Amino acid sequence: MREVRFSRKQLALPYALFLLLFVILPLLVVIKYAFTDAEGQISFYNFIRFFQSSKTIGTLLYSLVVAVLTTVGCLLLAYPVAYILAKGAYVKKHTFLMLFVLPMWINFTLRITALKEILTLLEGNLALHPFLNTIICMIYDFLPFMILPLYNSLSKLDNSLMEAAADLGAKNSQIFLRVVLPLSVPGIISGITMVFLPSMTNYVVLDMVYNSTYIIGSLIGSYFSSYDWHNGSVVSIILLLIICAITWVSNRFAGGEQERKAGVSF
Amino acid sequence: MKNMVQHVCIGFVLLFLYAPILILVVYSFTDATMLGAIGGFSFHNYETLFTTEELLGMIKGTLLLAFGVAALSTLLGTIGAIGAFYSKSGTRKIIELANQVPVVNADVVTGFSICILMIALFQVRKETFIPLVIGQTALCAPFVYLSVLPRLKQMDQQLYEAALDLGCTPMKALIKVTIPQIVPGIASGFMTAITLSLDDYFIATYTKPATFDTISTYVVNATRGSQTDIKTALWALSTLIFVAVVGIVVIMNLKNKKCRGRSGK
Repeated sequence: MREVRFSRKQLALPYALFLLLFVILPLLVVIKYAFTDAEGQISFYNFIRFFQSSKTIGTLLYSLVVAVLTTVGCLLLAYPVAYILAKGAYVKKHTFLMLFVLPMWINFTLRITALKEILTLLEGNLALHPFLNTIICMIYDFLPFMILPLYNSLSKLDNSLMEAAADLGAKNSQIFLRVVLPLSVPGIISGITMVFLPSMTNYVVLDMVYNSTYIIGSLIGSYFSSYDWHNGSVVSIILLLIICAITWVSNRFAGGEQERKAGVSF
Repeated sequence: MKNMVQHVCIGFVLLFLYAPILILVVYSFTDATMLGAIGGFSFHNYETLFTTEELLGMIKGTLLLAFGVAALSTLLGTIGAIGAFYSKSGTRKIIELANQVPVVNADVVTGFSICILMIALFQVRKETFIPLVIGQTALCAPFVYLSVLPRLKQMDQQLYEAALDLGCTPMKALIKVTIPQIVPGIASGFMTAITLSLDDYFIATYTKPATFDTISTYVVNATRGSQTDIKTALWALSTLIFVAVVGIVVIMNLKNKKCRGRSGK
């Protein structure tokens, strides 16, 4: 066998090439389509139309409302759970945490189908409360992604800080508001980054509960199915800008510490 | 009293997360066609699931795709992480930045952009499965990279040099010294890749051949239709997936405990 001589850093080459071709290049193609018209001329008209049309702006606002409500709902449900698991009387913390994140590994369309059946049973007809059902299903879908980062951040919190606050005469509410909450901000921020963006774009959940209103993700879907790549690209660019903003904020406040989707170690 | 509040809170959220799945599990063993209806015990749904060609093909296709994508992603991501780790910090930063894009990006945008790249620029037809495999790999490989990298940082850097000094070729040193030390990272990267591929709807829907369905795209289409048989057969599928996930998590945890126990001594 012939001996292959290489240094370890050359191993980066295939992956760098892969990223260039299938991560960077697609973005460039999207940028190209967003800034050209049907004849291939450079134009900003696509963007102007997006921000002038009340329909697209309405969609953007509607998705922000859905995303904010979903994120707040997840936060309100997840924070007590994460706090109790991290600081409460539970001995088998790890097992309980597993119970809460396990649904992450079940296909989300199947989980939403299950919830849909229950909601149909309770409400009779899903079409009666499309907005409410959307929010419930979104919270159901993303809750584990909020619990995990909150738990990680709260379990690192030093108990002696809380004891010190208590010794110095702080009431329970004060301990929570002035010690626990500020110190768990990195966890809150990384939870928000994991829930906010997917809930702006996951239009399948809306589809499944018969909510016919569009969110920003559905715009890409509908432009795509009508072969309107220029406008689809405009929406992608706008989403990318929102993502950049969120990432910037989270890096600033979470100190670069970020949980990833599905980034749980087994 | 305080403990009571804690139990109620934990119980309520667990109920919210698990009630739908567990009720579906129970109903999958009956011949009822909707929740609330009373039906007798029956394996009918499982029979339909395992005898309907369409469903079986879809499940096999999804699994095959997930394992293929995970294998490819693991190979690319692992080699990439090793390479980047030993590159100059400038190169490494660029790779890390590009690696971060699919991780933070919305899947809709990833799917859409890969699709127009493949169709408009490379003119690859979706029927070849190439856009689908590449698209999902572009999503999964960065996660493998991220799970391998911390292991490389923890590794004893001198062992590789020692192997070279003792006459190993770089290839042999890589396989015999480096890889064994980062195996846990590679394994969890592989598992992450599988779950991402199995859960993916958006990349699949933009890049898959028209005649092929993954579980996600199939379920979404099935909810639009009104075939009761298919609907209840999907309850059986949910049950099987739930049982499989619980099984895997339990096994992994027992294994981890064993390892921890051993290293603790």
